[in-house]
Amino acid sequence: MIKVTRFLCAAFVMHAGAAFADDTAPDKVMYEDFSVQASLTGKAGDPVEGAKVFKDRGLGNCLACHQNADMSGDLFHGTVGPAVDGVADRWEPAQLRAIVSDAKQVFGEETVMPGFYSLKVGKDVAKDKAGKTILSAQQVEDVVAYLATLKE
Amino acid sequence: MRHSLAIVGLGMMMAALQMPLTAQADPVDDALVIDDLEMVTRTKAPEGHPFDEVRSGWLYREAETRELEADSFQNPGMLYVEQGADIWNRIEGPEGKSCASCHNDAAVTMKGVGANYPKWDADAKRPINVELQIDKCRVENMGLEAYKFDHAEQKALTTYIKNQALGEPVKLDLSQGELQSWWDRGKELYYTRTGQLNFACASCHEANSGQYIRADHLSQGQANGFPTYRLKQADMVSLHNRFRGCIRDTRAEFPKAFSDELMALEVYVTWRGTGLSVETPSVRQ
Ligand code: HEC
Ligand code: HEC
Repeated sequence: MIKVTRFLCAAFVMHAGAAFADDTAPDKVMYEDFSVQASLTGKAGDPVEGAKVFKDRGLGNCLACHQNADMSGDLFHGTVGPAVDGVADRWEPAQLRAIVSDAKQVFGEETVMPGFYSLKVGKDVAKDKAGKTILSAQQVEDVVAYLATLKE
Repeated sequence: MRHSLAIVGLGMMMAALQMPLTAQADPVDDALVIDDLEMVTRTKAPEGHPFDEVRSGWLYREAETRELEADSFQNPGMLYVEQGADIWNRIEGPEGKSCASCHNDAAVTMKGVGANYPKWDADAKRPINVELQIDKCRVENMGLEAYKFDHAEQKALTTYIKNQALGEPVKLDLSQGELQSWWDRGKELYYTRTGQLNFACASCHEANSGQYIRADHLSQGQANGFPTYRLKQADMVSLHNRFRGCIRDTRAEFPKAFSDELMALEVYVTWRGTGLSVETPSVRQ
């Protein structure tokens, strides 16, 4: 019994960046054919929350790099990446999940898009970010649910 | 089919309407003249450079910011040049000397000097920038202590000295001492990804220069205008402070000012601006 508890604690610590112990850990996410089929949390994403994650400078800050006509009321859309307008016509949700979790699995090592649910990061990570992912598993699911609404 | 093409066309028009906020990714085609002196803001890149053309960060800024830099009477950085002149002439320390005691009139003795730093320091066996040269004079010739990093006087004096090279083209002599190996190390660092966001300098200033990242029009990240007057901070910003800010923005721990890492980066980044005029004090938002 003691052993089991210890194991659970260890598992929990390993998930430092994620909110819940039954989320898929960042290094256990299965990338196949540029897709991640299974939800990272087993729960559906919330597109309204996902839109917040997309804008918020402290969360996804996706708007820093992507223009998004659906957010034309917000100032300052970046142009580093392609516009996300109609992105759901181009990609399946499972592909969007792979792109957001670790864009390098889809676009290759050279892409500048950060891996939002990956621990394969750069050198000298800031102490308060070490071992943590940029977004939690649920936030990734929320953003994916939001992207899935962007049809033209 | 026609119908969907029309929709795509409409989407592009809508994107075009957003232009003032986002696109217009090209730097301006405009001449920078300061005190009747025309600055080189675009020039052919040196051998082995990733770009064909080297460009000043001035070309990437908003019209109002560009105008502030072009007018010496409006440029808030000129106040620091004046402060620097006072410090230059001020006797300080046990030796009873000022900078002017040894170097006389900076307009003559320091003319063009700032365009050739970093230089090799044979005593320290490492590169030295203007800030470190000032410290060297303070310690060795004036009996004073080195300035604390980003001390207001360090910034003012550096700004003053660099301003004596206004308009001079940046040119490093990499054959001095082991400067070339520091250039090599700086280059390696320039392409090394750091932090949770996993960006290298090149991710923003090479792969995406000309693009917008949020409200910021990404320039080539040139060093020729430093120290820079930043409107946001209403103060002078030193080059190593800027480096540290950019590294911090990748969500990484950043090296100490004047550390080997940042000196190597200064050598390499300065070289990337070879041929651009020194614009100190440049103005940025
Ligand atoms: C620092 C820049 C940057 C940030 C931040 C960023 N991306 Fe990207 N993204 C890119 C680039 C660049 C590409 C294109 C792939 C390539 O060429 O490397 C891309 C591609 C994409 C695509 C595919 C688009 C298409 O039309 O094919 C999606 C979807 C996407 N990003 C979503 C997001 C979301 C959601 C976020 C935030 C959670 C985000 N991105 C944050 C740079 C970024
Ligand atoms: C996430 C993007 C990003 C990264 C990575 C980045 N920078 Fe910057 N940098 C900026 C932005 C934004 C500015 C302000 C706008 C401009 O001049 O490009 C800037 C400005 C600069 C400037 C001032 C340019 C001027 O004309 O005033 C220098 C020098 C610079 N960066 C060097 C570097 C170096 C060296 C690195 C790597 C250690 C680096 N940057 C990494 C975004 C970045």
